[in-house]
Amino acid sequence: MIELSNIKKAFNQGQPNEYWALHGIDLTVEAGKVTAFRGPSGSGKTTLLTIVGCLSRPTHGRVRFKGEDISGLPERFLTDIRRQSFGFVFQQFNLIRGLSALENVILPAFPTGRPRAELVTAAGELFDQLKLGHRSAAKVEWLSGGEQQRVAIARALINNPEVIIADEPTANLDTALSKEFMAILEGFTAAGKTVLLTSHDPLVVESSAVHRVVGMRDGRLTED
Amino acid sequence: MRIWLEKQRHLIDFTLASLARRKTKNIGLLLAYTLLVFVLASLTLFTQALRTEATFVLAGSPEVILQRMVAGRHDLIPPGYLDKIGRIRGVQKKEGRLWGYYYDPVLNANYTFMARPADEVADGHIMVGNALARERGLALHNTVSFRSYSGKLFTFEVSGVLSPDSELLSADLVLLSENDFRSFFEYPAGHYTDIALSVANPQEVRTVATKLSSALPDSRPILREEVLRTYQSVFDWREGIILTVLAGAILAFAILAWEKASGLSAEEKREIGILKAIGWETGDVIRMKTWEGLLISLTAFLLGFIAAYVHVFHFGAAVFEPVLKGWSVLYPKFTLVPAVEGLQIATLFFFTVFPYTAAVLVPIWRAAITDPDAVMR
Amino acid sequence: MRPSSVALGVLAVLAGVCLLIFGLFFRLTVEDEQKLTASRALVEKLGLTDLALFTEARYTRHPTQADLHSALQDHPGAFDHFPSGSLLPPPAILTQPHAHLAGKTTSPD
Repeated sequence: MIELSNIKKAFNQGQPNEYWALHGIDLTVEAGKVTAFRGPSGSGKTTLLTIVGCLSRPTHGRVRFKGEDISGLPERFLTDIRRQSFGFVFQQFNLIRGLSALENVILPAFPTGRPRAELVTAAGELFDQLKLGHRSAAKVEWLSGGEQQRVAIARALINNPEVIIADEPTANLDTALSKEFMAILEGFTAAGKTVLLTSHDPLVVESSAVHRVVGMRDGRLTED
Repeated sequence: MRIWLEKQRHLIDFTLASLARRKTKNIGLLLAYTLLVFVLASLTLFTQALRTEATFVLAGSPEVILQRMVAGRHDLIPPGYLDKIGRIRGVQKKEGRLWGYYYDPVLNANYTFMARPADEVADGHIMVGNALARERGLALHNTVSFRSYSGKLFTFEVSGVLSPDSELLSADLVLLSENDFRSFFEYPAGHYTDIALSVANPQEVRTVATKLSSALPDSRPILREEVLRTYQSVFDWREGIILTVLAGAILAFAILAWEKASGLSAEEKREIGILKAIGWETGDVIRMKTWEGLLISLTAFLLGFIAAYVHVFHFGAAVFEPVLKGWSVLYPKFTLVPAVEGLQIATLFFFTVFPYTAAVLVPIWRAAITDPDAVMR
Repeated sequence: MRPSSVALGVLAVLAGVCLLIFGLFFRLTVEDEQKLTASRALVEKLGLTDLALFTEARYTRHPTQADLHSALQDHPGAFDHFPSGSLLPPPAILTQPHAHLAGKTTSPD
């Protein structure tokens, strides 16, 4: 479903502090499966995820999504694809402070022009699934870590994307909440979604919910 | 179309939720902005209306007024002066006028005394302007005394009060008969204050004035067009107090806009990054910010303008009254007739709405076009 | 109520009031016209030349009839002694060139 050909990514290119995060990644990600990327910090996992999820472009190489080359698309189309097909759950959650959980969740759908009533209903369903129903009107800064993560997950799902990308999803959670998260992952698979995630956590990487583990080191894939 | 509308409403929802996070600051901003527009719009409406009314009303003043000068100052018109004018073509009527000032120590006010023909005011009677009547508590048939400059006390009976609608013109007028005028001021017999001439053809007025100056070199003609021109530049923006108010308002406005335009906080940058990361395009972010600027500036402009309209045309520009009144004791009570000049209102609109909206957009431009991957870090 | 509905509603109402003002109220009513015509008639009858706005002093009361030559009037800084001096510019007649007054007379006085 997702094919990466010789992806290279550099930061501050041409300047004295030029840094190559990825040195040529070739990878095929299967649809409908959970793929975990593991590796020490600085190995380029997060960079790879941002490229896959259309948040940035590779310096060299091509990304193909469902057979279509997306790395060269103009911003407009790239954003369209990102909105429709990819849902992001950030390590820091990145919710907008001062707004309620509900408002945060429906935010990604605003540019689509869908009627608000429809969005509120969809968000309500997600809240129910994630057991957040009672907290929908609360301001996000008042939510607990686990609740915030579930809001972040709901936000990633509002546009019903095919691919979920999660960066270190259990880094800020305790064991119980981590296990809950893995159960949610299994739910995604059951719904036919593809999942990519990065993690240090053995609980995640060695879990049965994960179908494939990809190792990375110094911007290259390693044997796993 | 429906989708576009719904999308704009979503953007407005977000903007309002975002503004609501700092409610006090943003309401204060709105109020300050509205006040600014209110002051500027009041000024514009008031001066425009006053000028229009003055121009209309003073179109009835005499075509030429002839004054006589001695050693650079006004002097009286001596007997026989009128005849010196002779027959100048185009002059329909020439009339010696008698008028002067009187200082009333009772009110510390200055009045303008004018002599009128006997059929208007009889000897021993006066007609007074409404403001004067109000301040001195005079009504029809009351008597009032004035001490002349020679020390004698003159008593008059009020035979009429001029219409309150004309207070702007007649606030301090006292109309009395010619005989009374001359005895009150001990005016030398046969002398007049100035001469009013009426000329039938408006094109002829300048020629008549030139002929008059050559016939009477010590005279100074004042034309009606000069009178009108004086009042067309009343409250001109170049004048002292108006300029100060304008400068103050513009400065306040510039500070407001500068505060907005002087860059984003790290929090705001991060939020724009988040919006882009979750699926908003650059265009969406910019549209949302434009709505923020427009909502505040449009509301402030409309509110300020409506308030200014009510202030000027229903409350007689009460806020400006202390300034206009200055140290006058007699100040006319007048409500102006609404007169709009679209150009000035449009200028005010463009100078308040666009700079502010631009100021809101400028700092986010850079943030809106960067790639969102910085958010991941 | 949805915030955007409130905001757009408020704007619409305000814009409506403004349009009303421009459409209806910026016109002379019959009453206004009568008052103005009456005032103009008074000006014609009495031969008035100035508005009675600045009644603080004699020389501020009739700005259009002000002296040509005396720069200080009766008092140094006269026009600026009262606020009205900063509201009214010098009448046009005082700032125009008066070359025609420098001509020779054709007949002795």
